[in-house]
Amino acid sequence: MEMPIPNQDILARKAQIVERLQSILPDAAVIHTESQVRAYECDALTAYKCPPLCAVLPTSTQEVAAVLKICHDMGVPVVPRGSGTSLAGGALPTADCVILGTARLNGVLETNYDDRYIRVQSGRTNLSVTGAVEEMDFFYAPDPSSQLACAIAGNIAMNSGGAHCLKYGVTTNNLMGVTMVLMDGTVTEIGGAHLDAGGLDLLGLICGSEGQLGVVTEATLRILRKPEGARPVLMAFNDNEVAGACVADIIKAGVLPVAIEFMDRLCIETTEKYAKAGYPDCEALLIVEVEGAPEEIDEQLAVILDIARRHDPVELREAKTADEAARIWLGRKSAFGAIGQISDYMCLDGTIPVSSLPMVLRRIGELSEEYGLKVGNVFHAGDGNMHPLICYDANKPGDLALCEAMGAEILKLCVDAGGCLTGEHGVGIEKRDLMSHQFAPQDLEIQMAVKDVFDPQWLLNPAKVFPLVSSQSRRIAAE
Amino acid sequence: MTPQTEQELADVIASAKGPLRISGGGTRPIGNPVVGEALSTSGLSGISLYEPGALTIVAQAGTPVAEIEAALDSENQRLAFEPMDHRAMLGTDGVPTIGGVVSGNISGSRRISVGACRDHMLGVRFVDGAGVITKNGGRVMKNVTGYDLVKLLSGAYGTLGVLTEVSLKVLPKPETSATLYLNGLDLSRAVEAMSKALGSPYEVTGAAYNQAVSLRIEGFEASVAYRMGQLKTLLAEFGDLTEQPDKKTSEEIWDSATNVHGFSDAPAVWRISVKPSETPAFIDVLQQMHGFDYALDWGGGLIWLAAYDDHLSEAAHYHQDSARHNDTVAGAEVLHTNLQHNAGRAGGHTTLIKAPDAVRAAVPVFQPENPTVTALSKGLRAQFDPRGILNAGLMG
Repeated sequence: MEMPIPNQDILARKAQIVERLQSILPDAAVIHTESQVRAYECDALTAYKCPPLCAVLPTSTQEVAAVLKICHDMGVPVVPRGSGTSLAGGALPTADCVILGTARLNGVLETNYDDRYIRVQSGRTNLSVTGAVEEMDFFYAPDPSSQLACAIAGNIAMNSGGAHCLKYGVTTNNLMGVTMVLMDGTVTEIGGAHLDAGGLDLLGLICGSEGQLGVVTEATLRILRKPEGARPVLMAFNDNEVAGACVADIIKAGVLPVAIEFMDRLCIETTEKYAKAGYPDCEALLIVEVEGAPEEIDEQLAVILDIARRHDPVELREAKTADEAARIWLGRKSAFGAIGQISDYMCLDGTIPVSSLPMVLRRIGELSEEYGLKVGNVFHAGDGNMHPLICYDANKPGDLALCEAMGAEILKLCVDAGGCLTGEHGVGIEKRDLMSHQFAPQDLEIQMAVKDVFDPQWLLNPAKVFPLVSSQSRRIAAE
Repeated sequence: MTPQTEQELADVIASAKGPLRISGGGTRPIGNPVVGEALSTSGLSGISLYEPGALTIVAQAGTPVAEIEAALDSENQRLAFEPMDHRAMLGTDGVPTIGGVVSGNISGSRRISVGACRDHMLGVRFVDGAGVITKNGGRVMKNVTGYDLVKLLSGAYGTLGVLTEVSLKVLPKPETSATLYLNGLDLSRAVEAMSKALGSPYEVTGAAYNQAVSLRIEGFEASVAYRMGQLKTLLAEFGDLTEQPDKKTSEEIWDSATNVHGFSDAPAVWRISVKPSETPAFIDVLQQMHGFDYALDWGGGLIWLAAYDDHLSEAAHYHQDSARHNDTVAGAEVLHTNLQHNAGRAGGHTTLIKAPDAVRAAVPVFQPENPTVTALSKGLRAQFDPRGILNAGLMG
């Protein structure tokens, strides 16, 4: 992975930069020794590592503003970091950057059940937002798999999704307002507890901008009342394509499940070995979950099971108890971990129109044979968000490169099928250079022009999102 | 000018010598008045792709909303955000287009439960102010590839680019729809009741107040009956709820709420978005100074406020220019200034939706924003429309 050459002038000024940061933050909030900064050398895309110049852990919007102002005045790049769970390298440092971690921005500022929102500091973890409103039977809907660890700041940066977004939408649909600090230290409010923008929808633009337009320090989030209940069913099929067709039929039938998850044979078998969820022996399985009162659940499941029966299932398993429901989800929730037990893997998240599912799955199978790398498929089928897990051996020379080459082919396949490179993980560094497959030069140009407005020096989260060759002239001009 | 293809539209913009006044069907003359040569997108019409199984539709910007709704209806699906039809309220005629809906981020009563138009937007193609054809987003439901210009273009009223094609998420139509009424509540009790209903697990998809509180419940027949029963118990402290179980009547009620039919004859109408719990105080304070009518939607978070001639003449007495104390235009200016001031303090915004041109020319139709947001918006406009020719000044 090519990264820009570190700015030697900045590296030479490290002591001075650290001293300036220490002048506005407590000593413990500025991390700068060689051994300590190593904790920030990568995120969840562990194939790439680079220790930063230093890291800071501010506790307030004012401290974030002061840090950014110093970095802006000294021309130092800043890489914002939530909990570092990005699978796309969204928080990968450059050697000449300051990591701005949100870990200590974790408070709840306001909860309002009448108007149904919560205001939190952005470093708060996704699951602990729900934790703060659970006693009143409310929840925060977006649920990325990493929700125990991932921060709202990162969720906003990547516009994170999750298993239940078929019904509840992704982060951008649940984000009402932010306090954001621009690279020059200016603090601004965008949106709030009311609905919709009074002018241009800057909130919609910020969400998903991968920390390149500003640093969000506080967020107003929509909270919802928990449904009365939820129940999953498991459906097993002997053919991927049949499972895919079943998904389309369920959606067309007018029921809207909160989740439709898909697993293929490799994932099922691997998961069984570790999680022992008792999944059937089959080529593909679907987990479909519906919500509501018990009678509503019965009614919706009756429709869904009826459709499934028309697709010649190997097995249909309805959860009768909470324990059975948990077992149905157990395998799915353990899938990534289980694959990780048998192999190193790379997880992609290209999204495709649901109608292309059979074709894309078939082609992924062919690519797997061509490249000689195993691929497991486990994904959100209702919205076409694939998660091919390509297995490789990190200790075998050349295997990572082979895996990346195959990953690139799969992502191009998703784009060519009418989809996109990334449905919920973000571009980061991982898919940066594939952007020109999805976008024409003018499509990228207007996006980069947006960054010019928010961060004219191109100091925030450098070398991400845009192909290096596309952003080169801007990065050079900014220096 | 009515170009027939995206390329023709791009050529028109690239070779434009002066400002352009862009419209779809021309049924929503909202914003500060715009000068320039008329440019209509109505020639770019037709559904390019509809996949019911993927819940997506792609259409050219000038496609009539009615054509899209008919196509969806044939598959028992719909635009869940319930786009408002402004014709009755604004007294306009013409054919509302999907591009117009997206450009104004136009949503209806169901916005409170399913999100706004922008939340259902998956992708756009547009021509920027330099005549460059650009795309963003796509036609899949989850897409975080690059910056989200789809949201930015939704609600930009054509000022950043002229939409040529939009792709949207659609949803299944429910089997039935019913409405519950709650009579005899004053404003603050009404907002409390709506908040309680919306904070329940019974999936209320509309909560409006216009003398009575109306709550909409949609879904399978048995489920709707169950949830109506639960809501009656939940809201018993507010009084007896009456049922309107007939699907067609229920739909008409919400059609009228979404399209604000009640204010069709008012000369001036504003749209105010604040958090619902602020609404009673907002109305109270204003009533101490002014006369007006109002109706609430979105659980009280959306205030439709109408002033008639007698209200406007009264308000004119507060105008700083004593020579205009009987001038309804001056009255509308006074009301407008107060509404934006109070909405700003309540952390929301006021948009003037309907008023004579003289009023729309005299005031900022859209809520003025903080200096940083104003500067960022100005910077974005300069990038998307460097010559400032696309609906220049419409949003201030």
